[in-house]
Amino acid sequence: MNIAELQKKLLAAARANPPGDRVPYAFEKRVVALLAARTAADPLALWVRGLWRAAVSCVAIALLLGAWAFFNPAASSKTDDLSQNFENTLLASVDQSDQAQ
Amino acid sequence: MADSRAMEPTEAELIAAVLRGNAASFEPLVQRYSPRVFATARRYARRESEVEDISQEVWLKAFEKLKSFRGEAPFEHWLMRLTVRTCYDFLRGHQRNRESSFSDLTEPENDWLERFVAQPETASENADAAKLLVERILEQLSSPARLVITLLEIEDRSVKEIAQLTGWSVPLVKVRAFRARAEMRKILAKIAMDKYL
Repeated sequence: MNIAELQKKLLAAARANPPGDRVPYAFEKRVVALLAARTAADPLALWVRGLWRAAVSCVAIALLLGAWAFFNPAASSKTDDLSQNFENTLLASVDQSDQAQ
Repeated sequence: MADSRAMEPTEAELIAAVLRGNAASFEPLVQRYSPRVFATARRYARRESEVEDISQEVWLKAFEKLKSFRGEAPFEHWLMRLTVRTCYDFLRGHQRNRESSFSDLTEPENDWLERFVAQPETASENADAAKLLVERILEQLSSPARLVITLLEIEDRSVKEIAQLTGWSVPLVKVRAFRARAEMRKILAKIAMDKYL
């Protein structure tokens, strides 16, 4: 069998029989209805997208601040002071009432 | 008649209206270009349900990406690029039965092949059997091979046109065309072997 000739013949057969361009009835209406349904659902999708973006940004900021607090030696050396200050501030009213007594 | 045609919005006006948020203006565009989209989809999918799915996907993508249409080339060219790429995605996602045997050729297909072997010039390319046989062979090809054979050999497009439609580079189209022809010859050789050895 001459393969090259068969290939040529079959390709000619494909060229001689182009597919039809028939479009199903009301196809354009179906497409527009689908688009309308999608657009109606869009506000919710926008909210969800916005919330996801905000969540990602928050996580990124938290990670950056965490890394900064962890690796910054100056900040870590002041950790005791910060906790002491925090405790003093929190208990300031108790201390004042003790002193008054 | 002429007045009613003059009242019809132009393609650019319809596109601008869609971009402003008027989805209904998309309908005339779908109506005008769907025959071309369907004809292209029918080259790659056999079942009508698949053809409809591809065409619907093309139009949904067209709506979503309409902002990227800059109006430098005709809308139809832009749409055909989208159609060909969607058809290629479909082919890649539906690489089914590629290893199916040729022992299940139908009787008319067998008859046509025998006629071709006996007298190649009498085997008509207009015969239904030849059409079915070529469809069966195209289904056996890999996705890039099928796409490039369809565009280059069946639709008779130039390499440059194919590069524009597919987004492949010109050298890549040439390489894929070379491989596709070889792949097709290999399938035909397998038929010959299955049938006559």
